Amino acid sequence: MSSEPILQLENIVKRFDNFTAVNGINLDIQEGEFLTIVGPSGSGKSTLIRLLVGMDEVTEGTIKLRGQRIEHTPANKRPTCMVFQSLALFPHMTVGQNIEFPLKIRGEGSDKRRARTMELLKLLRLPESYYSRNVAQCSGGERQRVALARALAFDPEILFFDEPLSALDYRLRKTLEKELKELHERTGKTFVYITHSLEEAMVMSDRIAIMNAGQFVQIAVADDIYARPVSRFVAEFMGEVNLFDVEGTTSGELHGNGVEIHINGQADEFGISLSTGEMGVLMVRPEFVRFISSGETSDFVVRGILRAEYALGSRMQYEVETADGSKLTVENLREDRYRGDIGDSVVLGWDIESTHMIRE
Amino acid sequence: MEKLDRKLGTLSALPILTILLISFIAPMLVVAVFSVLPRKVFTVFHMPDLSAYAALLEHGYYRSLLWAMGMALVSTIILFLICWPLAYGMAKVFKRFTLVITIAVVVSLFVSENIRLFGWVLTLMKGGLIEGHWRAWTGEGFDSPLYNVPIIIFGLVYVYFPFMLFPLAQGISMIPDDARQAAADLGASRWRVLREIDLPLAAPGIVVGSLLSFVLAAGALAESKILGGQNVIVIADEIETAFTYGQDWPLGSALSMVLIVIIAVLAIYGISRVDLDAIMGKKGS
Repeated sequence: MSSEPILQLENIVKRFDNFTAVNGINLDIQEGEFLTIVGPSGSGKSTLIRLLVGMDEVTEGTIKLRGQRIEHTPANKRPTCMVFQSLALFPHMTVGQNIEFPLKIRGEGSDKRRARTMELLKLLRLPESYYSRNVAQCSGGERQRVALARALAFDPEILFFDEPLSALDYRLRKTLEKELKELHERTGKTFVYITHSLEEAMVMSDRIAIMNAGQFVQIAVADDIYARPVSRFVAEFMGEVNLFDVEGTTSGELHGNGVEIHINGQADEFGISLSTGEMGVLMVRPEFVRFISSGETSDFVVRGILRAEYALGSRMQYEVETADGSKLTVENLREDRYRGDIGDSVVLGWDIESTHMIRE
Repeated sequence: MEKLDRKLGTLSALPILTILLISFIAPMLVVAVFSVLPRKVFTVFHMPDLSAYAALLEHGYYRSLLWAMGMALVSTIILFLICWPLAYGMAKVFKRFTLVITIAVVVSLFVSENIRLFGWVLTLMKGGLIEGHWRAWTGEGFDSPLYNVPIIIFGLVYVYFPFMLFPLAQGISMIPDDARQAAADLGASRWRVLREIDLPLAAPGIVVGSLLSFVLAAGALAESKILGGQNVIVIADEIETAFTYGQDWPLGSALSMVLIVIIAVLAIYGISRVDLDAIMGKKGS
């Protein structure tokens, strides 16, 4: 049973007049999985989630929940539910009434509703006294928990989230990310989460689907997407990155575009070699690049001038300008910071294991 | 700074307060005083008594009061039922077409109420626009719907339509769309969304619209006179008669006081139940 996906999307398309918001989405979501769909604003991810919960109708394609087609089932008849970006708490109801709402709709008695609500308040670490509190009196984090409790009271097959943390301040967001992940583990439910924040996706998800222009660009576990993006878009979307346009040469060496890149290692072994004339994008994340002193050696070496230094808290970020004017970003832990001055000529290096070749 | 603002606020409210006191509260006090004087007196120098109030029961004026209240209630309910879908459309669906409806409804207010009601008389009377044409074409006539209770209620609904429509549209526009969607997502049918979300959240608009329609309809006079042909006498008609032909100011005052008290109680109760700031615009924070 567990091998059959809980939700199957086949060639989902959504058009508004002349605009295609979602353009051929295929995806299998596994039972109990925490899947995050990440994309920039306008990528179609919010439209997609509205199709999945039934607030909009698909133009083409099928949605199967445990093998049953549901694409024409209205939202109120689908056993799924969503936590809104705005949370969409009912302003005229107390916290308790909000959480009880799905149970009331289902026609459950008031004793049973109250008991379940108390359980959920406890699960989400809200005091029982909040039962009769007005939602307007709750803080941002508390409102978040109320919205979650209400969704869980519905006991959905799949719980969808439409960027519910985006309006919160950084520290609260970090706390709630972890709580959400923990909640996912405790409840064993299938979570499908939408966000434009990569960090959020990386902290919480089992799998990440990167969306751009109405399509999935890459679907994989977080580490894979981070270390081995399939395209320049994914690489850049997943945080700071150094990219070099390169071309394969007859000698088997890589010819950098403007920047001189010396490779001392075996390109073949790590799958980053290019055949003659083939174009590729060489990628290395800033945290894998280090300053090398004379006498030290590295698989890749680039020379440049240190232009700027930024403190990022636990890490330091450097901007190095190469001979052709392109910029490289380097990130070190604070204790490994570069001991020198802005304007120094520096040599940067990194290992072949940390390098990835994007072939588009 | 805040103190100064408050002082300036009080100061600028002073002129309108004065005007309200002189033109609104003072006449009410005069009416209140006259209502407890003996019948048919024209000065205040008399021993007060409650004979004018007693006439309410003895001479059957309460029937006029009940007719006015009853017809106002029925017309308010009808107004609510027909305005809700239209107001809903104006607030949530029609977008720019809403302006067209707003203008169309407002333009009708540019013509005096009496003239519009006479227009209906010409349309509906025997030999009028409808019956006259019908008889000319088919050779058979039918009775006019005029001079009856239903046509008075029709008149009230027709005249007070904007007073229900606009507050209702305003109230409905305050319902957050996401709350409706969330309710549906949590399993609520359209009917349940209406009951659990729409009606409670539009309550300020419903209360304001209903109060306006009811209060205006309860004090209305032209509909029962022009369309109803005085088939039923409403309380406003009795008040007018008492002050004019009847030459009985205390009686007119007593009838007015009863109407004022009933309406004031309703209005205060209604307004106390909803957050009026929500519909009249938020207070500065």
